Amino acid sequence: MKQFIQDLAEKHNNQEKQLLQILREIQACYHYIPEQAIEQLSGLLSIPRTRITGVVEFYSFLHLTPRGQYELLISDCITDHMRDKKDLTGYLAEKLNVAVGAVRKDGLVSLDNTSCTGMCDQGPAGMVNGYALTRLDRDRIDRIADLINRREPLAAWPADLFYVDDTVAKPGLLLKQPIMQGAALRAAFKRGLKATLAEIEQSGLRGRGGAGFKTAMKWAFCTGEAQSERYVVCNADEGEPGTFKDRVLLNSFAHQVFEGMTLCAAITGARQGFLYLRGEYLHLYDRLQEILHQRRQAGLLGSNILREGLDFDIDIHLGAGAYICGEESALIESLEGKAGIPRNRPPYPVTHGYLGKPTVVNNVETFFAASAIAVNGADWFTQVGTEKSAGTKILSISGDCARPGIYEYAFGTTIQTVLNDCGAMDVLGVQMGGPSGTFISNQEFDRKLAFEDLATGGSVIIFNESRNIFDIVHNFTHFFAHESCGFCTPCRVGTSLLRKQVAKIHEGHGSAGDVAALEELGRLIKGYSHCGLGQTAANPVLTTLERYPELYQNKLKKISYEPGFDLDGALDIARRLAQRDDAAAHLSQVGDHD
Amino acid sequence: MTDKVKVATVSLAGCFGCHMSLLDIDERIVQLADQVEFIRSPLTDIKRCTDCDIGLIEGGVCNSENVHTLREFRKHCRILVAVGACAINGGLPNYRNYVPLEECLGESYLDGIGVENPHIPNDPELPLLLDKVYPVHEVVKIDYFLPGCPPAADVFWKFLTDLLEGRDPALPYELIHYD
Repeated sequence: MKQFIQDLAEKHNNQEKQLLQILREIQACYHYIPEQAIEQLSGLLSIPRTRITGVVEFYSFLHLTPRGQYELLISDCITDHMRDKKDLTGYLAEKLNVAVGAVRKDGLVSLDNTSCTGMCDQGPAGMVNGYALTRLDRDRIDRIADLINRREPLAAWPADLFYVDDTVAKPGLLLKQPIMQGAALRAAFKRGLKATLAEIEQSGLRGRGGAGFKTAMKWAFCTGEAQSERYVVCNADEGEPGTFKDRVLLNSFAHQVFEGMTLCAAITGARQGFLYLRGEYLHLYDRLQEILHQRRQAGLLGSNILREGLDFDIDIHLGAGAYICGEESALIESLEGKAGIPRNRPPYPVTHGYLGKPTVVNNVETFFAASAIAVNGADWFTQVGTEKSAGTKILSISGDCARPGIYEYAFGTTIQTVLNDCGAMDVLGVQMGGPSGTFISNQEFDRKLAFEDLATGGSVIIFNESRNIFDIVHNFTHFFAHESCGFCTPCRVGTSLLRKQVAKIHEGHGSAGDVAALEELGRLIKGYSHCGLGQTAANPVLTTLERYPELYQNKLKKISYEPGFDLDGALDIARRLAQRDDAAAHLSQVGDHD
Repeated sequence: MTDKVKVATVSLAGCFGCHMSLLDIDERIVQLADQVEFIRSPLTDIKRCTDCDIGLIEGGVCNSENVHTLREFRKHCRILVAVGACAINGGLPNYRNYVPLEECLGESYLDGIGVENPHIPNDPELPLLLDKVYPVHEVVKIDYFLPGCPPAADVFWKFLTDLLEGRDPALPYELIHYD
């Protein structure tokens, strides 16, 4: 191990900012981060060991205690649950003789849940040693269990288990007409870089991650900073449950995405770029490296790009299971090898980003669109969309519909059109923009896809009338409680309290004041949290409470109060230890005053 | 005497520090005594709670007796108040929540240094411990919360005088910030 760690650290030039990448490789090799490795790394990277344990404890895919040699994770997205995820996980646990959340005694296999893995159109999904598994059913689970019990190396597993489909169901302006390699850069150099920035400004392109900041303005701010070093970062930490469009863009259109990053570098003067790829998309890593290699060969990356004197290269950094790293300042912290805790903003990354230098952070789809605009011009882009939302939006559609997949629509399209196209029937409601977005009811399907109406990062989850609102809200509040980074109290404590309070009402222990308490708690978390995660964590509760107040009220018992936990059950241990079962050794669930 | 507002107080899984802090209102207690009558309270040594206006609960809920006492208070008090960190969050006693109850009792009564005649106490007179220490609002409905460890004497004073004078109780920022 000593030699392995030393070589690994050397490969990364003993740099502290490479810590997360180094730890990922140690985890992949040993299935945990051994104490010895931490000791040794602390010396090699000249950082305190607590810095290292802090990072290990922060990321879901890193562990201080051994996981199985086959580390199985099952996606816990609501879309997986809608396809019997719970039963299948139980079946898998039984087949492998391992409890969920545990490592089997022989150390061969461990099983656990993980947040949405971005396979919502082909779930239930999971991962084995970081590699995506799709379309899980009993047959596939039998095969997987058999492969594991036979200790078949992962490389020898049949490829169909790992097959990830792109399912582009409805291409639009951008997806119908991908650019030729190098076309955007050539067009930009021909037109002039300033004129190209002006073209992007004129196109009205806004960030596609959800927040919708004007792209040209961001690039101009970064360029305007009096600094010699700048960075371009592509945010491919697509963690919002229900989103998977970036996965498809990176699988089928990576050239165009990298070209958009290079274009941004040409305009801003950055020499280094990063693709921050979520750990769940490990299966794309080698392929993306190959494409970067091809681009270097073709003179589209590296030094003196297209002989225009532009020097720029791109590194790929892998995440390790942390939704919060989709927040741009947390992402930058993670790029620097730290725990992904959001920074105070301002200053924004465009002035103080990676290593404190001006940094443009844009979504995969934004870079993808920017390179198309550089080739085809602003007028081509603005021919569709609305006044405030130009162009198109790529949606990831999943849930109760006949044809889940990737759909590209002009802004201004109604939700009803979207539902018709994907074959959604008897719809109860749609979760727009994932758990952090808005739940809309079937009374609102004339609303439009647009920054000025329904803004979305691209997640569209459809629920039909057989679904229970509380199952949905419960799943989403659980997600936020799990993903809270723990930095600020309103979010760390609030999201857990929210989960408990939702569970209390969901399980039928709610009474008179409980919905009011839930709403008050939701508003507190929204108003006082440090970053977007906390500020949106109560949205599933608040947006459904607004639409279905009677549903919540009907859940309440007609008494003044009941505890949310089994009060008598809380005495079980003491009863057993004291070997008592007399009347005084029991408690009623509700007091006689209620 | 009968016109006075009746107040009951109790310390569940607490340290009586909140009660001590209440006494820190010093000579104002004379003024308070003109308006309120303490019924069930460690200050009066009356053991049972009867109908009253305000119940002040110090401490969290750690055993079955705490549950019964708390319910008795809820039944008889018009306004029930969680007082201090332990009542609100479990406070110091809830540090045992990180250790399984088996281990807590094992260390105290079976395996600890100097334990003689090791056995888990099982007299029916003794209340059984809950698996965890719970905040009071997870067991009964609570109307108001007075934060602090303990809440400062002025917090008690402001809260009680607000109620006595018919105002909606409100604590100014100076009374609830701690740095």
